[in-house]
Amino acid sequence: MAEIVLREALKRGLEEALDNDPRIFMMGEDIGEYGGAYAVTDGFLKKYGPERIKDTPISEQAFLGAGIGAAAAGLRPIVEFMSMSFTLVAFDQIVNMAANIRYMSGGQISVPMVIRAPTGAGVQLGATHSQSFETWLAEVPGMKVVCPSTPYDALGLLRSAIKDDNPVFMAEPALLYGAKGEVPDEYYDIEIGKADVTREGSDVTLVSYGYGMRPLNEAADRLSAKGVSVEVIDLRSLSPLDITTVVSSVQKTYKLVVVDNARRTGGIMAEVAAEVQERASEWLDGPIMRVGSDDVPWPYNRGLEREVLTDADDILRAVEYGFGL
Amino acid sequence: MASSTKPSSKPSSKRFKSSKNGAGGSEGLDESGVAANIDHLHLFRQMFLIRQFELACGENYSNGMIRGFLHLYVGQEATGVGAISALRDDDYIVSHYRDHGHALARGVDVNRSMAELFGRATGTSKGKGGSMHIFDAAKRFMGGHAIVAGQMPLAAGLALAQQYEKTDGLTICFFGDGSTNQGIYHETMNLAAVWKLPVLFFLENNMYGMGSSIERVRAGGIDFYPGMSTYEIPAAEVDGMDVLAVREATETAVARIRAGAGPQFIEAKTFRFVGHSLADGQKYRGQKEVKEWEQRDPINTFPALLIKKGMATQKQIEEIKARVDEEVAEAVEFAERSPEPDPSEIDTDILA
Ligand SMILES: Cc1ncc(C[n+]2csc(CCOP(=O)(O)OP(=O)(O)O)c2C)c(N)n1
Ligand SMILES: [Mg+2]
Repeated sequence: MAEIVLREALKRGLEEALDNDPRIFMMGEDIGEYGGAYAVTDGFLKKYGPERIKDTPISEQAFLGAGIGAAAAGLRPIVEFMSMSFTLVAFDQIVNMAANIRYMSGGQISVPMVIRAPTGAGVQLGATHSQSFETWLAEVPGMKVVCPSTPYDALGLLRSAIKDDNPVFMAEPALLYGAKGEVPDEYYDIEIGKADVTREGSDVTLVSYGYGMRPLNEAADRLSAKGVSVEVIDLRSLSPLDITTVVSSVQKTYKLVVVDNARRTGGIMAEVAAEVQERASEWLDGPIMRVGSDDVPWPYNRGLEREVLTDADDILRAVEYGFGL
Repeated sequence: MASSTKPSSKPSSKRFKSSKNGAGGSEGLDESGVAANIDHLHLFRQMFLIRQFELACGENYSNGMIRGFLHLYVGQEATGVGAISALRDDDYIVSHYRDHGHALARGVDVNRSMAELFGRATGTSKGKGGSMHIFDAAKRFMGGHAIVAGQMPLAAGLALAQQYEKTDGLTICFFGDGSTNQGIYHETMNLAAVWKLPVLFFLENNMYGMGSSIERVRAGGIDFYPGMSTYEIPAAEVDGMDVLAVREATETAVARIRAGAGPQFIEAKTFRFVGHSLADGQKYRGQKEVKEWEQRDPINTFPALLIKKGMATQKQIEEIKARVDEEVAEAVEFAERSPEPDPSEIDTDILA
C-alpha cells in the first residue's frame, strides 16, 4: 500500500492496460509530445510509440468518432478530452453514435471505448472551461458514466471501465488530479454501478460524488464534531446509478442531503432525490435537501467563483434548515 | 428555381476525369468500353434488385406497412453497385440513411432488410433500427447512419483499426453532397489524411441535399473533387450513371489504398429520380431536369449496352428481371409474415 496522487493512479491504470492488451491505444489532443493537458500521459509516447499514443488534431468530433469506429472493429480505444466543456463539440458522436449504435444494430455492434475528461470548476477558467456535463450523459442509455473522488477509486473504476465492452465515460475532477490517497499494490477493481458508503452513521445521510466529496467530507467532520452521526455515500457511478445503497441508508437515518459540485438544477442529484422520494418516502423525516453550485455561468473572479461553488457551509446550512441539526 | 443540373454528357471512352491529384486511366476496359473480366449480368441484377426493392418499399410506405422516414435510392443504383463490386469481403462499408442500395449491393439479406423496414423481429436489427439504420456486421456493413455526416469518423475509425492491425483492408464511406457542409466532414478529411488512413470517401453527388440544390448552399459550385487538394487527398470524378465507370474508378482508388497511399476520394455525379424521402413533394425542382436524368437511367442503359455489345441477350435480361421480381415479392411476403418484436426486446441490446 502506497500513498499516491490521483494522476498517478490513472497513469498506473493506463500503463498496465497498454502493457497487457495490444488492442488498447490512446487518442487525444496533446497527449503525446506535450504529455497531456493534465500530464496524465506524460512519458507515454516514448514508452508506447506514436501508433498507440496518438496526438490528434483539434477535432473532437473526428477523433471521438474514430474511436467509435476503431472500437466497432474490435480495438479498445481510450480517448482523452482536454476538458469536459469541450465534449460538447462531440456530443453528437458520443450520444448518437457511441451510445445508440448497439441498440440500432440490434446488438450487432459494441463500442468498448473509454472516454476520459477533466471536469469541474475551481481554478478560475471561466464559463467555457469549468462545466460538469457528466450529469447530462448519465441520462443517455447505452453508455456508463463514472466519476472518482480518490486515487483508489480512480484506479479501480478505470480498470473496470477499460474491461467494459460498452462506452464508459470517466469524468475526472480536475481539482483532484493532485489529491493523495492510499492505493494497494495488489490488483483490485471497482464494479461500475456500486456506490460506496465511506462513513457509517445514523442521524443523516449525505450523498455526493467526485469533487463534491470534498466539501461533503468537511461538512461531515464538522457535523460529527457537533455530535451528529453522519452517513456518507460516494456515488462513484452516475450511470448505472446505485439508488439501492442510498435508499438503504435513508431507511437507517431517515434524512437525506444530496450534494452536487455541478450546477444545482437538473443535475444527477435531482434524479437521486426523485428516486428516493418515490421508493422511500415513508422513511423520510423531512424534505430531501439538495445542495449544488449556483445556476450561473462560471465566473472568472476568484471570490465570485468560490461563492458559486458548493462548499461545506452550504451543506451545513441545508442540514440545519431541513432537519435542525 | 435553382439552375438545372444537367446530366453530364454521355460517358466518353475515357470514363472518368481526375483532379490534379488523381490519376485517371481506363485500365480493364477494352476499346468498346466494356471490361472483359466482370460479371456484367450480376451488376445488372444487383441494380435491378435495388430498383425493384425500392419501388416495393415505396408501395409499402403508401399502404402504411413501412413508417418513419424512407429515403429511396432510385436513380443512384449504378453508383453503389459499381463501387461495392470493387471491394473485398473483409472491407468495411459505412453508409448514411439512404442505405438500402448499399446494403443490397453488399449482399445483405433481402428478406431481412425488408423485414427491418417493416419493423419486424426478423429484421437486420430486429426492428429496432428501421430504414435509416440497416446493419449487418457479419457482412461488414456497418450502418445506416442518420445524422448527416455523422458516419464519416466512424469510417475513419474502422480504417484506423485496419491500419493498426496492419491488414490491407479498407473502409468505404458513402455520403451525400449535403454532408460536405458539416464541420465533422472536414475534420474527418483532415484526420484521415494526416494519419494516412485506408479509407475511400465516396461522394454521391445527386445535386441536392433534401430540397437544397448545391448552388444554393455551397460556395464553389457543383464539383467537389477539385477541393480535395486542400487535404492532399487524391480525388477523381466519375459518371455515377455508368456502373462500369464507377467500378473502374473504385478499383483504381482501392488499389492505391491497399498499396498504402492513404485516403482517396471519388465523386460520382448521380441523381435521385424520386423525392428526398417519401414525404417530399419536390417543389424545389422541375420535372424537366428529372426527365433529362432519367434518359440516363442505368437500369435501361446498361442492359442496352450489354445487348448492343453482344454480351447479353434480351432473354437473359428478362430472366433476371423476372427472378428479381419474384425475390422482391418474396421479401415483402416474408416481412408481412414476420412477427412483431416481443416487448421484451425493448430492454435488450442497450449494454453489452
Ligand atoms: C445533422 C442533421 N441535420 C439535418 C438532417 C435532416 N436531413 C436528412 S438528409 C438531409 C439532406 C442530406 O443531403 P445529402 O447529404 O446530399 O444526401 P442525399 O439525401 O442527397 O443522399 C437532411 C437535411 C439530419 N438527418 N441530420
Ligand atoms: Mg444529395
